[in-house]
Amino acid sequence: MTALIETTGLTKHYPAGEGVVAALQDVSLAIAPGRFVAAMGPSGSGKSTFLNLIGCLDRPTRGSYRLMDEEVGALSHDRLADLRSRRLGFVFQSFNLLPRADALANVELPLIYRGMPKRLRRERAAAALAAVGLADRMHHRPTQLSGGQQQRVAIARAIVGSPDLILADEPTGALDTRTGLSIMALFQALNRNGVGILMVTHDPDVARFAERVLRFRDGRLIADETQRAANAEAALAGLPEADAAA
Amino acid sequence: MNALLPPITSAARRGIDVLEALRGALSALSANLLRSILTALGIFIGVAAVIATVAVGEGARRQVLAQIQSLGANLLIVWGGSATMGGVRLGAGGRSNLAWDDAVAIAREIPEVQVAAGSIRQTFQVVAGNQNWSTTVLATEPDYFIAHEWVADGGRLFSPEEAAGGRKVVILGATVAEMLFAEEDPVGREIRIRQTPFEVIGVMARKGQNPTGQDQDDTVFVPYWTARRSVMGASRANARQVGVISVKVHEGENMAAAEEAIRTLMRQRHRVAANEPDSVSIRNLSDIQATRDASARTLSTLLASVAAVSLLVGGIGVMNIMLVSVTERTREIGLRLAIGARRRDVLAQFLLEAVMLALLGGAAGVLAGIALSHILADVAGWPVLVRADAVLIAVGVSALTGLFFGFWPARRAAHLDPITALRHE
Repeated sequence: MTALIETTGLTKHYPAGEGVVAALQDVSLAIAPGRFVAAMGPSGSGKSTFLNLIGCLDRPTRGSYRLMDEEVGALSHDRLADLRSRRLGFVFQSFNLLPRADALANVELPLIYRGMPKRLRRERAAAALAAVGLADRMHHRPTQLSGGQQQRVAIARAIVGSPDLILADEPTGALDTRTGLSIMALFQALNRNGVGILMVTHDPDVARFAERVLRFRDGRLIADETQRAANAEAALAGLPEADAAA
Repeated sequence: MNALLPPITSAARRGIDVLEALRGALSALSANLLRSILTALGIFIGVAAVIATVAVGEGARRQVLAQIQSLGANLLIVWGGSATMGGVRLGAGGRSNLAWDDAVAIAREIPEVQVAAGSIRQTFQVVAGNQNWSTTVLATEPDYFIAHEWVADGGRLFSPEEAAGGRKVVILGATVAEMLFAEEDPVGREIRIRQTPFEVIGVMARKGQNPTGQDQDDTVFVPYWTARRSVMGASRANARQVGVISVKVHEGENMAAAEEAIRTLMRQRHRVAANEPDSVSIRNLSDIQATRDASARTLSTLLASVAAVSLLVGGIGVMNIMLVSVTERTREIGLRLAIGARRRDVLAQFLLEAVMLALLGGAAGVLAGIALSHILADVAGWPVLVRADAVLIAVGVSALTGLFFGFWPARRAAHLDPITALRHE
């Protein structure tokens, strides 16, 4: 089976003062489609740089990155934007929802840039919101939603374009434990439906729900382990009832 | 690739819906409503002021134009020159050295001339029944009415026989007819000028004020030779004297050439020595018109500069607020870029906002300007004319202002690095 992602000697240098910082050094790996992968490491380890490169938000200094057999490194800004639009979905720690728009409009946003007609867009966005369990919150604005609900809207926005891969940057970082677990449960559910996930986290409690963990330190990939993923639903059920809040 | 949603089949990427983009821009502007209004205010005031002042200027120009046209087109007025009497130089027309025969000569000898009519005027008390009125009696010939493009409203003009002095007839100006006969028809009635009875044969059409504010209708017209024999008791010395000669030049002929020909002819006829000044002065009414036009153009230029300055200031305001907006919405821009917006999408988004801002300011300015014009017309009684082209230009220029001053902020937004933008606090 063709790899979804394939990197060879992926390297990123940033200018810093008079020298350069090697944010990422010689990372070579492949990720098959439909996998749930976590990238771990302390801050400055290179995991975020890796995510940005995989997310086509940045271009490598050296090395090769192939997304679905397409070499990304040499592409123009517009082609990168197209790739992000068609193949990828983003989920951020701070949600990054547009405050003036309701949930439905937020989820529709990526489809606008694909030039999809309004009616079709609405249908898809509504379906995506239903898939994250927010069918009854479509016309709520972000300020009217809890943190967990906001992150679900952001996830709906990430999946609305039927991406091959969701890139999640500390998706539970701004959430309490229970809500974080429910987001992990959602990720696992999406993953079972064939959505690939690459999640950056510094938290081992979050990384255990992935089936493969990449460990970064000082810009290098130091470990690449496959593991038996913990079940987030079960973990959620195991929490004491007292602090029940979604 | 996943079972959640049906795959998106159309791989072809189309442009963003225009309506969608407009709605987005409006919603962004209304999110900061007060700020948007204050920013648009600069352009609003500039456009409103320009529309109103152009309307007032245009109204005044039309009024002056109508007055000048009422005098007659292609008209030259020949005045007796500044003659010297015993060492005292008299002003133009101070003592007329023009004669009836000068008019005849001009009409006969200068090919550019269509008609030339001498006339002389004097103020008299005219009486009709128990009414009387002090007015100008103008002694002239039928060609005068051709030169001044003036027609009778009731009755008729002088016949050739009457023009030759055969009968005591008079044509009344509209004001005089009103003063002496009120609502009645004066034609066929009798008026007296210096005790001499005259039969009214016609009433002239109303011409209104001339550009110096004189009522041209406050005049009665008498055939020249009749007047000379009966009311303007002439001495032998100036029996054929006229005050001015009205000359109509053929349509399309060069007015300046005709003027020069008349000057030369008059020098010959008045036997002016080579080292002496002209014996006549000639006024070309189109000169007055040109002067008025020039001053109107100066005013227009001034207005245009004011407009340019206010639009410049307004445009800088737009640029300033768009830069603020780009900074405030850095994360939004980062997000849009991350989820698939191209640079040109972001550029278009912010450019559209700037143009809408300026355009709404300009459109509101046009409405306010038109309203102001009407208020000036109603309250101050000024003649105003809102010109459609001024409105279109004002709206177009405001849109261009938005485009020009919005470009740099929009470009800045489009070229943000998505990673940095997403981390922006």
